[in-house]
Amino acid sequence: MATLAAVIASTHHPFYYKASTAPPEERPPFADEWVAKITAFRETLTRARADVLVMVGSDHFHQLWLDNMPQFLVGKAPFYDANWYNEEREFGLPRMLLRGHEELSSHILRGGLDEGFDLAFSNELRIDHSITCPIITLRPEADLPIVPIYTNIFAPPLPRPARFVELGHAIRRLIDTWPSDLRVAVIGTGHLSLELGGPRQFGPHGPDPEFDRKAVEWIASGDIERALAEVTLDSLWTPGNATHGFMDFMLMMGVAGEGAKADYADSLDLFHTMEAYFTWYPNGVPA
Amino acid sequence: MSKYLLNKFLFTVDRDPDLVERYRAAPHETVAWWESTIANEILNCHGGEASTWLSFDPVEREALTSHDYVRLFELGAHPFLTLTLFIAMFERDYEEPLAFQKEYAARLSHFSLPYPDIAT
Repeated sequence: MATLAAVIASTHHPFYYKASTAPPEERPPFADEWVAKITAFRETLTRARADVLVMVGSDHFHQLWLDNMPQFLVGKAPFYDANWYNEEREFGLPRMLLRGHEELSSHILRGGLDEGFDLAFSNELRIDHSITCPIITLRPEADLPIVPIYTNIFAPPLPRPARFVELGHAIRRLIDTWPSDLRVAVIGTGHLSLELGGPRQFGPHGPDPEFDRKAVEWIASGDIERALAEVTLDSLWTPGNATHGFMDFMLMMGVAGEGAKADYADSLDLFHTMEAYFTWYPNGVPA
Repeated sequence: MSKYLLNKFLFTVDRDPDLVERYRAAPHETVAWWESTIANEILNCHGGEASTWLSFDPVEREALTSHDYVRLFELGAHPFLTLTLFIAMFERDYEEPLAFQKEYAARLSHFSLPYPDIAT
């Protein structure tokens, strides 16, 4: 069976690429610390020696639109073009091309459907920064095949938090039972407290540092029970109007498992949002 | 009221560099043109098929033609779509990094939770 080599959960900050590649005179003051944190975080994936990456993210109204909106969608294609004109425009993100892993996509689709998740699929998916940001931070060579999984954290009505956790559990089971000798890493990105297009946006910190503190604790300690007790679709509006992206972190907690303490946890308090980085090694810390 | 159609306007303009510039420079003309040509297109369908029933309410048309992002927020347009497009149009007019985004936040400061419903 396949080996789940690492489970990685992260924020996805689209400004990282620009901040880390700008010439010295244009680098923001926080860039060096940010790059150091990302470099250390990257090592947690490198050590896992993954062969294939399952990438959990959320399309930001790029390809998926309100006339036909899936709640959970799995890409199944040999290639994925990546990043969009408006991400190039606003964040300076580069166009990218990633290979797909169709066999694992098929396995997750078939198995997910059989487990009771009516997964949508796409045979031609252009992915956005929710997936390319962690490629840029964790695997800038962009050389590993991927299986993209999109969740709807963006366009109400949304699935409830528990459903994200359950899908995470299912992804874990499906990888653990995939008849393959490959090493799989699951990488998912979301947000802590975040406000976009509202009165609390772009403050000196995330809009709700207390939520961020609790959220980091839930994730690092694998406390799914507490997270589910405190987080609802309604409550997530309070820390910031884009905080439903935290449900992607909850999905990743589901992949890691109840009570699974992160082997690596780090965070960085940036303007307008807190960055957070977690890695679990379900089958032991690699040598 | 059609939050969906407001979002469709923001979505289709934001992804087209020419339309972003056209909406910035000539909002009345662009909104009128869009409503008469694009509003009823079913995106991803071929041109022969279209909807027949989509149009803006006067208050929505006015919010779009006046570039009034505060009103769009109040009407329940998706805040991510509004923000992204308005950054594309107006960030360039501000010298300091994030100055437009901070002013945008300040102009929305009279809103408190719960914010206007964005469900479509």
